[in-house]
Amino acid sequence: MTMYAFYGALEQGFAYGLMVLGVYLTFRILDFPDLTVDGSLPLGASVSAVAITAGYSPVVAILMASGAGFLAGMVTGILNTKLRILHLLASILTMIALYSVNLRIMGKPNVTLLGQDTIVDWFTQFSGLPQYLSTPVLFCAICAVAAVVLVWFLHTEIGLALLATGDNPQMITSQGVNTHTVIIFGVGLSNAMVACSGALVAQNQGAADVNMGVGSIVAGLASVIIGETVFGDKTIFRAILAALLGSVLYRVAIALALGLKLGAFSITPSDLNLITALLVVIALTAPTMKQKFFSKGSAA
Amino acid sequence: MSGQIVIQKAFKAFNRGSVNEVKAINGIDLTINDGDFITIIGSNGAGKSTFLNALAGSFFLDSGSIIMGGEDVTTWPEHKRAAKIGRVFQDPLLGTCAGATIEQNMALAKKRGKSRGLGLGVKGRDRAYFRENLAQLGLGLEDRLRTATGLLSGGQRQALTMLMATMVRPELLLLDEHTAALDPKTAQMILELTQEMVEQQNLTALMVTHNMNQAINLGNRLVMFHRGRVVLDIAGEEKQDLKVEDLLQRFAELRGDEELSDRMLLC
Repeated sequence: MTMYAFYGALEQGFAYGLMVLGVYLTFRILDFPDLTVDGSLPLGASVSAVAITAGYSPVVAILMASGAGFLAGMVTGILNTKLRILHLLASILTMIALYSVNLRIMGKPNVTLLGQDTIVDWFTQFSGLPQYLSTPVLFCAICAVAAVVLVWFLHTEIGLALLATGDNPQMITSQGVNTHTVIIFGVGLSNAMVACSGALVAQNQGAADVNMGVGSIVAGLASVIIGETVFGDKTIFRAILAALLGSVLYRVAIALALGLKLGAFSITPSDLNLITALLVVIALTAPTMKQKFFSKGSAA
Repeated sequence: MSGQIVIQKAFKAFNRGSVNEVKAINGIDLTINDGDFITIIGSNGAGKSTFLNALAGSFFLDSGSIIMGGEDVTTWPEHKRAAKIGRVFQDPLLGTCAGATIEQNMALAKKRGKSRGLGLGVKGRDRAYFRENLAQLGLGLEDRLRTATGLLSGGQRQALTMLMATMVRPELLLLDEHTAALDPKTAQMILELTQEMVEQQNLTALMVTHNMNQAINLGNRLVMFHRGRVVLDIAGEEKQDLKVEDLLQRFAELRGDEELSDRMLLC
């Protein structure tokens, strides 16, 4: 793996870091398997790309993207709580609906940002670093701020209520919290982060594409699980840090896999989804496999 | 009278209109006076737990009304009624949040029925108060504020739930067979704790139990449920003179030709 490929993996890992934090929030904290992500990531990208081409500043574009993501998440939350649709199905419904919404927003399948100022260009100029360094640094900084804010939030009164809603809905209802409101807000917050991530990715790669979200939920989940497995999740702080680092590790693993060559056979980007699925399976089963292996070893 | 709780003409049926229709609450009128500690007995399916759930707002009544402290709460959702009600469940795992620490659970309970904001969940000044409260239990939990609740035993969790249910003084404390899932020694400990708390804070409480001795020895009033109705309601001296045999006989009368269940014979 070349240094450039490594920086590239860092950049990707942190660009998708906010998405991974969003996935962590729904899957791990709220116990809400939310697949809206595959739609809200390109939603964030579309909104930000269209906003930038319409002349808004890249930062405003990111805020608008996050707002749109929050609304998308709220829709999933409302479908689940108020209309009593199973969470998984509710999120799939929002996800496929967003495909059409994204096409409407862009008016075409993709919007390029060629020649437009993005947050990446700003930061490169401002920091004076070469682009291959400035982008990972910028995204890392954004992720660090988001992680700190998220850790703080989960320790506030509302944050604790959110934690409890995912853990024991009966308990927190008996403590006077409306779990419906918490779920709608929580899934909204998660998708705001996902859409923000989508906006960053679009500004980084210079285009938003309606298909860019395909498989992102699996990538997000893979990152969360890899992070947990490698770095542990004893405390909220640790788990959030692990999710972020898991995102980087995942991109590094993908970069390594893409560099694999076995004689005439080499892995191409089209194999990514297969590799991701395999990674998730390995990461999910690794802890139990390890346990089995060791317990057998000690018994013998 | 502020603390009085009045339940009038309460009805609730499940699976209405189907062959499986169950009239779980079939016309209950009950007035709970301020400071009443009522034990509730009845055979399985008599509607005891359903009645407690109806008071807590887990579902709405088909008809009838519930007035608490002068306010009509009949149509209040569960989370809104929580401002008035403390609950301890039969399942010790239901009352606390396993993934959160002891202090976080207590902080959640300290805000029961109040608005929650962006202030720190567990405040530094609360810790001394939590520790003091936990010390009363005599379980050594006061030194484990940051232990995840999931690591505690069922008895410890139930004791913590008791503390949490009464941390903000409830207008009504609902205890639904809260010692049934515990071993006899722990059950006794929780029971003593219950009595202590109810007396100390002069709480109004309803306690469902299958143990006749408990039902007779605890509280100032005893109510027997049968098929979704109140069939016996005795208080004061009359209750003190009550014997297990009297209750069993009463059960037998109610059931008529129906056979006594094992559960009642065992008591």
